[in-house]
Amino acid sequence: MSAIETNDQGGGKKGKHGKVRAKKNSTNMDMTPMVDLAFLLLTFFMLTTTFGKPKTMEINMPVKPDVEVKNEVNNAITVLLSGDNKVYWYYGELKPDTKLTATDFSNNGIRKLFIEKNQKAYDEIQKIRNEGLKNKVADTTLKRMEVDVKGKKYALMVLVKTDDKAKYKNVIDVLDELNITFIGKYALVDLAQQEYDMIKNFQP
Amino acid sequence: MPKVKMPKNSPVLDMTPMVDLAFLLVTFFMLTTQFRPDEPVVVDSPSSISEKILPDKVMLVTVDSAGRVFFNLEGKELRKKMLDQMGAKYSVKFDENEANRFAIMTTFGMTVQQLKQYITMDEMARKIFMKESQGIPYDSLNNQLGDWIRFGRLADAEVSAGEIPIDKSKALRFAIKGDANANYTAIKRVIEVFQEMKVNRFNLVTNLEQNPNI
Repeated sequence: MSAIETNDQGGGKKGKHGKVRAKKNSTNMDMTPMVDLAFLLLTFFMLTTTFGKPKTMEINMPVKPDVEVKNEVNNAITVLLSGDNKVYWYYGELKPDTKLTATDFSNNGIRKLFIEKNQKAYDEIQKIRNEGLKNKVADTTLKRMEVDVKGKKYALMVLVKTDDKAKYKNVIDVLDELNITFIGKYALVDLAQQEYDMIKNFQP
Repeated sequence: MPKVKMPKNSPVLDMTPMVDLAFLLVTFFMLTTQFRPDEPVVVDSPSSISEKILPDKVMLVTVDSAGRVFFNLEGKELRKKMLDQMGAKYSVKFDENEANRFAIMTTFGMTVQQLKQYITMDEMARKIFMKESQGIPYDSLNNQLGDWIRFGRLADAEVSAGEIPIDKSKALRFAIKGDANANYTAIKRVIEVFQEMKVNRFNLVTNLEQNPNI
């Protein structure tokens, strides 16, 4: 077909001007497939790419003492974890008549509890943070002030105890709540027999 | 009166800038992307508000939901040294070829005795093997995890001995990546093993979650 066309038109032109002209091709080409491909690749890389690295939570365990040291606990709350996504807690020292209270991991559960028991230190750290924002205090200074408050006597101490059914997720959740409510004094310890029984016989 | 004609707009639009942009982005993603190394275990880490990122040089102990333990430490030279010492202790002989293959592996989790067999496997066989593997033994009777940690640290000290000045951020760190559904006793035991090796500072790998204080 093309051969016939050339014969017809090309021949006519030759007669008029006596010159061979290169056929003028349009510079517009259909870019749609290319765009399709480009966006396909774009989507692929956007979906497969993982930005940044996973986040981590730092935890310092105490150096194991050779001799077990019994700490006097006065302003302490003990949190007991079992496998049922619940938090059992009691305040103060463990006595034979200590009663457990159950709560959960919601905002009104453990977080409210921690804030209430740690109100003074919590307010103080909030104040430090707000003032730090206003007066543009250096981060390191702020951090030092916070650590200072966290170590004060009125700051709450939390003992996290886990039994053999406790899930890792719940432990992390508690550690996370501790970070959120600015509690710096905490320890991961083993369950005492009495506490184990208390969870077992717990009745709401 | 002639009719008012609407100017006929051509439906053809110049796509060149769009293509330019698209290819620019493609190039960007192609260059920045790092394909996730094929991890033999799937671990769903719990979430926390912590924004610290995982350090570069890290000894990673993974605990899956069944409580199996896996180990990873990157660096070719380092891994060869580590394997050498590990093999010497458990009298498993690894030859040059096996050491080279081990050097480019990722996370592994089996006894040293099984490791020799695992190294020679191809990808498919490894996957099947990993499903049935019991992980690295870490109880007090057969504490191979503790040995991996010890030899890993020794190998790291040897490899990075010549590096001066000592950059604090490049020091070897220890991370535990636990599955959210793992039993805490397993994690507790791993922490204990670390503490027996005099490591008291860990990073627990978590996913980012919104901080309610901000």
